[in-house]
Amino acid sequence: MSATAVAVRYHPGALGMAWAFVRHHVLTVYSLLFFVYLMLPIAIVIVFSFNHPATKFNYTWQGFTWDNWRYWDGVPGLRSAIFLSLEIALLASLIATVLGTLIALALVRYRFRGRGSTNILIFLPLSTPEIVLGASLLTLFLNLNVAFGFWTILIAHIMFCISFAVVTVKARLVGFDRHLEEAAMDLGANEWTTFVKVTLPLIAPAILAALLLCFAISIDDFVVTYFNSGSQITFPLFVWGAARVGAPPQVNVIGTAIFAVAVIGMLVNVLIQMRRTRTA
Amino acid sequence: MLAPGVVWLSVFFLVPLGFLAYQSLQSGSIDFGYAFTWAWGNYWDAIRNYQSHFVRSLEYAGIATAVALLVSYPVAYWIAFRGGRWKNLLLLFIVAPFFVTYLIRTLAWQTILADHGTVVNVLRHLHILGADGRLLATSTAVVAGITYNFLPFMALPLYVSLEQIDHQLIEAAHDLYASKWKAFLRVTLPLSLPGVVAGTLLTFIPAAGDFINAQLLGSPKNHMIGNVIQSKFLELTDYPAAASMSFVLMAAILIAVLAYARAVGTEQLTG
Repeated sequence: MSATAVAVRYHPGALGMAWAFVRHHVLTVYSLLFFVYLMLPIAIVIVFSFNHPATKFNYTWQGFTWDNWRYWDGVPGLRSAIFLSLEIALLASLIATVLGTLIALALVRYRFRGRGSTNILIFLPLSTPEIVLGASLLTLFLNLNVAFGFWTILIAHIMFCISFAVVTVKARLVGFDRHLEEAAMDLGANEWTTFVKVTLPLIAPAILAALLLCFAISIDDFVVTYFNSGSQITFPLFVWGAARVGAPPQVNVIGTAIFAVAVIGMLVNVLIQMRRTRTA
Repeated sequence: MLAPGVVWLSVFFLVPLGFLAYQSLQSGSIDFGYAFTWAWGNYWDAIRNYQSHFVRSLEYAGIATAVALLVSYPVAYWIAFRGGRWKNLLLLFIVAPFFVTYLIRTLAWQTILADHGTVVNVLRHLHILGADGRLLATSTAVVAGITYNFLPFMALPLYVSLEQIDHQLIEAAHDLYASKWKAFLRVTLPLSLPGVVAGTLLTFIPAAGDFINAQLLGSPKNHMIGNVIQSKFLELTDYPAAASMSFVLMAAILIAVLAYARAVGTEQLTG
């Protein structure tokens, strides 16, 4: 490899240019193939949401139909599973983002005793396998005779979302210009007004990002929920149960819908950013 | 300000770990109740009886992490250096799989790798697979599933570290007569090591505890320690055994991470 590269440097003739051309595009072609690979399962999910399976197994293409979309809640238990997932995700992301933002503000602003151990406490859940998080909460609730259900799921989701919220908000706060707050105070604003009028608007994008991240993680969580759900069934648990007997195409419909909402949201965000960088 | 979140994490993360440790040293049965007896034997039983599951978990996670690194490094490089103003859009593609529910995208791989599916037929035609060869229910399928599912965890940190590299350093290497390849090996690659380390850990740790891919894409022969822990907790209700296995898993991951840290240099881990 290096011998060829040396040749390019000393003989920048036609051969060298051809080699440079190929090498330049090899990386591009490879990357495009990589994206095809990355998108392949997603395409399968979307395509099979329109499948008309002859048996209960939605594995082979049988024919096109709109029915799965029209009767998206035609499978018993699916509708309630989706609503439970949405409810948990909404509450968990809101509470975890509030708690996480407060921790992030404290960590960046103040030097206090136990700051190091707080950082470790935030980091540990992120580096613990999910199955251990789920299992340890299960033993807590078992030993304290807590009834499994809505509340245990919610507690678990808030727990694993907090760290993500802290990390997201902290990243934004590190580059924060404190002079802006000092200016507000100099102009006679009290601490609360400064926080609401200056600090909050400036870190709002990070808070929103944390909220969306927590929502996405919560609505997708299977492992921790599986350990702490009792008889309650969230959407991922519904998929798990359905997969054992052959998942109905409606599962693909919901999967596609979640994907579409998330991607459109992100796409709008990216396009706005791109426009902004072009005009700037 | 700090208190509510820290209390939440302490009560629902640290305290449960304590309960898990407490449970792991109990003996008895679900019918007659478990009692704390310093039953260290649970740990020996876990290691003795499920050694192959532990080894398989580390092996699958290790292979998947290495494949993910090799496969996504060139793409992360391409986006960081050639992405131009499309960078954010390309990153959106990288994280797109996360927007499809984990279980659903694993089920999609079930469809792709299924017997009589296109992939199997092509491989049989090329005689890479035998006439009755399968992909589903093999270790290949499980490792492939793990690799795919955790790929964004690898690609994103790689991208971040490559993106931060000062291009002038690479130009300086060229000015000093380094070939493109040599400049990459001596400048770009070392500077991207923090991303390699972060991506490796972010992929390896959840992969070692995974049981979904082994359950949906493998056969019982491919089951990982996560499958055992899950069934002991939720189906067999053998809590002490499952709890001790959880700790052995964490210890195994910790040892693997430390060995890795030694190999790449500790300053990469903390820096």
